[in-house]
Amino acid sequence: MDNAYEALVESEGDTRWAFGTGFDDPLAGVDATVPAGVDGPDLGAYCLMLGDDALILSHRLSEWCTRAHELEDEVALANISLDLLGQTRMLLARAGQADGSGRDEDRLAYFRDEEHFRNVRLCELPGGDFGRTIARLLVFASWRLAAFNRLGESRDPVLAAIAAKAVKELTYHRDYAARWLVRLGDGTDHSHQRAREGLEAVWPLVDELFEPHDVERRMVGAGVGVDPASLREEFDAVLGQVLEPAGLATPETPAMGRVGGRAGRDGVHTEHLGYLLAEMQGLARAHPEATW
Amino acid sequence: MTATEAVAGGEDELQRHFDATIDHDQRVEPRDWMPDGYRGTLVRQIAQHAHSEIIGMQPEANWITRAPSLRRKAILLAKVQDEAGHGLYLYSATETLGVDRTDLTDKLVEGRQKYSSIFNYPTLNFADIGVIGWLVDGAAIVNQVPLCRCSYGPYARAMIRVCKEESFHQRQGYELLLTMMSGTDEQRRMVQDATDRWWWPSLMMFGPPDGDSPNTRQSMAWGIKRHTNDELRQKFVDMTVPQAETLGVTLPDPGLAWNSERGHHDFGEPDWDEFKRVLHGNGPCNAQRVERRRAAREDGQWVRDAAAAYAAKQADRERGAAV
Repeated sequence: MDNAYEALVESEGDTRWAFGTGFDDPLAGVDATVPAGVDGPDLGAYCLMLGDDALILSHRLSEWCTRAHELEDEVALANISLDLLGQTRMLLARAGQADGSGRDEDRLAYFRDEEHFRNVRLCELPGGDFGRTIARLLVFASWRLAAFNRLGESRDPVLAAIAAKAVKELTYHRDYAARWLVRLGDGTDHSHQRAREGLEAVWPLVDELFEPHDVERRMVGAGVGVDPASLREEFDAVLGQVLEPAGLATPETPAMGRVGGRAGRDGVHTEHLGYLLAEMQGLARAHPEATW
Repeated sequence: MTATEAVAGGEDELQRHFDATIDHDQRVEPRDWMPDGYRGTLVRQIAQHAHSEIIGMQPEANWITRAPSLRRKAILLAKVQDEAGHGLYLYSATETLGVDRTDLTDKLVEGRQKYSSIFNYPTLNFADIGVIGWLVDGAAIVNQVPLCRCSYGPYARAMIRVCKEESFHQRQGYELLLTMMSGTDEQRRMVQDATDRWWWPSLMMFGPPDGDSPNTRQSMAWGIKRHTNDELRQKFVDMTVPQAETLGVTLPDPGLAWNSERGHHDFGEPDWDEFKRVLHGNGPCNAQRVERRRAAREDGQWVRDAAAAYAAKQADRERGAAV
């Protein structure tokens, strides 16, 4: 064919869609049965937590698009954002199956209000400069990789399969962030300072990552979930391995306070999330009857 | 005769060898001798193309955070990422001609090199994302498919890969429009509005009319360009009209009609004064597009400096370890 344009109205051959985008239902063909002895609504809430983490950080990373310092990093940041978006789609789809509501990924992403989002507050922090972006990504990917490595053994086979795929992606995300944090920390005096400031800005949100919510405790009991508190040791070891060659110290900034004991997993967020959701959800909500 | 033998014969021999390569429709490769004018024309054209890919990310990235479904968001993000990749291969192709990517970026932000003027128009509703895929990528494909046979090897090879990906993008854009046209009245209105705004700028993507295109003749003689601007524009119109009918939108040209005598569609004349204004920097988004690129370069200087300083320290440490 002399002209690729002629392929346009062909009705077949849709396998040629760009990778990862050619499906309407991210869990099509997967057995949706909730395993015996597992509480469906709890499993749904647990998948929402993991899915919302990915959705909100994917959004923050996508804000870099057209703003990166080099084309190679433009591609890398978009790629990481896209991986997290892929994880989001599967996890939200699983959440809607498991909780019995039948809500699909878009219903969950676009038609929930702020107080129903279950992501940790780390994800919603505005991106800041590249130093903060990298510091946050290193923290997030190290924490999530530790969790997803264990979720590969989950009693929910769907969650286990999602985790197994995500582990490969998160390993790359952690590696990308670690290499950059070392370069920035051990680059120029100025970049060292930016890396330090970035790390200090995200550090108050680190403790929250390891504080289990009741849903998480119950999912641990059911053999489905991971106790976040159990991830701290691995996380500290990984961060130590990166901060040492970067010449950076572990920040001593205190943890961000909770609101009446509640934080991201309880639907109590920072002021930033409302703006993020207004931007993300605005068009979808303006046309609730539309199909896209 | 090989290039080495040609060198022995001096400049005339080199020129004859180059001309024979072009006449036999063979590829010129980076290490072959080539006339300065050929090299300069290629650098200008490929750099312009690379800049267009990079600037062209902006009107689409404008909707990534607002895409109304997660699937559309993923498609759009993947597409914009592909465009960064196209920019990378094309800048690499210019580097085979002895120029530096950094210098080309300098020229872009200083306004000394151009990019496709279509990207100086704004994306105002989500159907614009579909229409860019359908019309803008469609026009780009019509322009670029013949470049897969361009006489300069690295450019021709880059274009094969770029065209394959562009055709995914175009299908995705058209599929978005088909979906929107089967949705609500408001969605259909968005598609028609976007079509009205992008149709004429898409026709301008083929460049000025042949009578007004000073570089075409030489570029065709060198095998860089294979068809004239007007030929490509006609081809695009002929292909697009039935697609618009399938979609159910009206192309905003009262003069558009099938001419059975010519076997082509007749169509109206784009507003070439508007084209010139946009080309000279006075389109709706020229300043914004270049400013974004300039800001990305300046804001990222400290990161590039850090990477260079770190690489130098690593090299020192390795030398130290080797001693």
